Amino acid sequence: MATLAIHNARVIDPGLGRDGIADVVIVDGRISRVGPDEGSAVIEADRIDATGLVVAPGFIDLHTHLRQPGFEYKETIATGTAAAAAGGFTTVCAMPNTNPPLDSRAAVESVLREAEASAVVRVLPIGCITRGRAGKELAPAGELVDAGVVALSDDGDAVADPSLMRHALEYSTAFGLPISQHCEDPSLVRDGHMHEGWVATRLGLRGRPASAEETMVARDIALAELAGAHLHIAHVSTAGSVALIRAARERGTHVTAEVTPHHLVLTHEEVAFDGDFGSVHYKTNAKVNPPLREEADVAALREALRDGVIDAIATDHAPHATMDKEIEFDLAAAGISGIETAFGLSMALVHDGVMTLPALLACLTSGPASAWRLDRRAGLDGLGTLAPGGVGDVVLLDPGATWTVDASRFLSMGRNTPLDGRDLRGRVVATVAGGRVVHRLDTVAAL
Amino acid sequence: MTTEAERAMELATAHASTAGEGLASGPVWQHRDVLDLDDFAREEIVTVLDVADSMREVLDRRIARVPALRGYTVVNLFYEASTRTRASFELAGKVLGADVISISASTSSVQKGESLIDTVRTLRAMRADAIVLRHASAGAAYLAAEHTDASIINAGDGAHAHPTQALLDLYTMRRHFGDLAGKQVVMVGDIAHSRVARSDLWGLTAMGARVVMCGPPTLLPRGFRPGERPAHAESALPPVTIEPNIDRALEGAHVVMALRLQSERQQGGLLPSLHEYAQRFQVTAKRLERAHPDHLLMHPGPKNEGIEIAADMASGGRSIIEEQVTNGVAVRMALLYLLAGYTEPFPAAGDGGA
Amino acid sequence: MSDGPSALVPPVQAAGPLLDAVALRRTIVRLAHEIVETNAGTEGLVLVGIVRRGATIARRLADAIEGFEETRPAVGVLDVTMHRDDFGARGLKHSPRPSDLPNIEDRTVVLVDDVLFTGRTVRAALDALNDFGRPRQVRLLVLVDRGHRELPIRADMVGKNIPTAKQDDVQVLLEEEDGRDAVVVVPGRGQG
Repeated sequence: MATLAIHNARVIDPGLGRDGIADVVIVDGRISRVGPDEGSAVIEADRIDATGLVVAPGFIDLHTHLRQPGFEYKETIATGTAAAAAGGFTTVCAMPNTNPPLDSRAAVESVLREAEASAVVRVLPIGCITRGRAGKELAPAGELVDAGVVALSDDGDAVADPSLMRHALEYSTAFGLPISQHCEDPSLVRDGHMHEGWVATRLGLRGRPASAEETMVARDIALAELAGAHLHIAHVSTAGSVALIRAARERGTHVTAEVTPHHLVLTHEEVAFDGDFGSVHYKTNAKVNPPLREEADVAALREALRDGVIDAIATDHAPHATMDKEIEFDLAAAGISGIETAFGLSMALVHDGVMTLPALLACLTSGPASAWRLDRRAGLDGLGTLAPGGVGDVVLLDPGATWTVDASRFLSMGRNTPLDGRDLRGRVVATVAGGRVVHRLDTVAAL
Repeated sequence: MTTEAERAMELATAHASTAGEGLASGPVWQHRDVLDLDDFAREEIVTVLDVADSMREVLDRRIARVPALRGYTVVNLFYEASTRTRASFELAGKVLGADVISISASTSSVQKGESLIDTVRTLRAMRADAIVLRHASAGAAYLAAEHTDASIINAGDGAHAHPTQALLDLYTMRRHFGDLAGKQVVMVGDIAHSRVARSDLWGLTAMGARVVMCGPPTLLPRGFRPGERPAHAESALPPVTIEPNIDRALEGAHVVMALRLQSERQQGGLLPSLHEYAQRFQVTAKRLERAHPDHLLMHPGPKNEGIEIAADMASGGRSIIEEQVTNGVAVRMALLYLLAGYTEPFPAAGDGGA
Repeated sequence: MSDGPSALVPPVQAAGPLLDAVALRRTIVRLAHEIVETNAGTEGLVLVGIVRRGATIARRLADAIEGFEETRPAVGVLDVTMHRDDFGARGLKHSPRPSDLPNIEDRTVVLVDDVLFTGRTVRAALDALNDFGRPRQVRLLVLVDRGHRELPIRADMVGKNIPTAKQDDVQVLLEEEDGRDAVVVVPGRGQG
């Protein structure tokens, strides 16, 4: 029996309402017990002294791009999950915009096999909504469900055809699967490379207006209501979308939503400016879809997270190689390699007094788990909490530690972050997946 | 005393008489690159215009050639086709005695694998001192400048900026009006897609002019109207008045700039037809009666006669469109001169430490 | 690169100016007569002053000649910044100014400068003159010749020969530019 005992931490388990000093004991990959002095009762165990640290359930990411198969020059399942572990994530949902895309049983199974062989943390695949992500015909949802997908998405693109989206939503009700929609109307964002606003005007770039997202959020909420389906809005980025989601939830519509750490903190000014407005930059590392938007949007997203209108923080980890980023702005790939900085960046909400630490942690643990009912899946009961019998996924945090982001030392192959050289407050100190320590800073002492 | 210091002192001493005020005669100039006018101090713009006066005089000489840039290499790297801007830079370099090469890089050569960064680095390795870059992507000149010590002159990057055109516009206006402070300059047309308009806006504001923009709503950029940007970002865009009605806009204008309207705008669904545009926004003699009696009509070229500007206007008396072309060479000469003076030459093989 | 504006530091004078205002003006009058004498009149004369003080002196010479000959020779201003031979050393020490010359084709040009030192400015001026035409002859007139030639250049008409050390600084001050007339030598303080 392999036993791991974590001593004397402030254990925050938002799903079960726990917040206090305790020990956590993990036996054979499952939570055995949590409580004061539980750890000292154990005889043979690996031990971690977590005095002064916070222990929470391992983070769950509803939106990660592992790039394998097909784009291994940007990231692999091995490197992506190692990066996830460094970010405190013990479960990642892998988006299907791979090559081949995950629109068949064979493709899904290949990802699961590779994950089995090389993944450092749990990988849950997401299947495509449409064949080839082409937006024309439905992908075989039943087959994908049997293969093990936890949701459907064409992420990277929206399903533009309203009629097809309606059918996709209706069809999904047979499986109780969420459809995670990347809401951006393609005709409104054509040739746009950043948020449409005064910064885009300054840079001479065509923009992607907030309404491109809002029109589709409104449309899909109405379609979800028509179909009685579970709609999940990926990476919400505008105040208008927040208002639509809020109203829909008040009506009782089954819509869930996620927001990225970068949309909770950064604005479109990040693309062009370094503090003064005298001259401009074209920072491709701040180029992302949906784009970074305005202060009012950031404020609305923070409120929405606090109020529970948005269920989860999801990283949309999108690693890219230098050759895809260090080029002309309009040609550069969109995406931020964000899984390793997600916690540190999100902690801004706690330091700014918007949310308490337990509330923030809920958005990374019980929030995502229950939004997609992951904790009802076979073998995953208690996922997102520290319930005894549940998976032994745990993260050790130092919420007050200041550290400087160094992209050159990322475990992800993607160095594309606008945060390089920036200080963040809040650090993942160690990550335990299935009872095994899969990430640890040198500062963590064993007893 | 080192050889270098000796030489510097003796040069300064020898030329003290012609140096006039001695060290005080050095022009105000702090740029290794010319990317846009947003980071130019007013004094630097004045420097360019003053030096352009000398360059204009050189162009009027019997032999219009001076050796000031002997040994300096200028490469025109044009990813977008252009006859006049390229010719203007070529001539500017040659009049100053520089070596000038022009490269027409098409997008296909990019697809063959040579990135902009690679190309620029290769040119620098071939001892290019200055690279004049025109490219379809906004920010291309900034990317190039980040990756080379060569001086980058932005000859147009997508819809973002065209600083040399703006400087020649300012020069032309100054030759006619002297002081630009308080003058009203009206830009008419497709401002949202105009890199010339953007750069002109920075330059004109720095020189104290008042700018009015006029055009159909689909062709006006966002961010200029009150409330379109937050208070802390007030200085991020220059102040401008937006006037949708052309007759009101032209009232009392000292300078009228007719911007080129591209037919793609109609195809892109931004305008119902070029005819309707011409009806509502074409600059005509009749409309110009409302402008200041001493007004100037300008157009960055090439012109679509009968669309943004009436056919009879283009070569009319108050138009200085051709003068702008000559001024363009003088202004580009001034920029090359200033950049060459600001940067270090390549060290010669024999230069050890002194 | 220029360090920016700096005041012309009042020179430390050991024993007063080398030429005071009266002496300087007399020298200019004498030089004016020399020009006319050498040319046997004012026919075909063009006085071309090198920017900046050379141009001022050229104007004064023309005024003086007009005073005793009753005709005024043509006067021009020549900027040599772009013909200098030190551009390779770079540094924006000098702003060019526009030249302004009358017709010099087949004329007798008298190049006028305030101080003749290494001769490089005069070489640049001869080069620049070529851009404007082909004079019949070019003569050089300087107010002060301070020696230390680096090129085979000599002046035809000299106001005053002043032996100096190479690192001395010789300044010609003129009413129009500096508020007074004088020639001063500042020992060992060449601007650098």
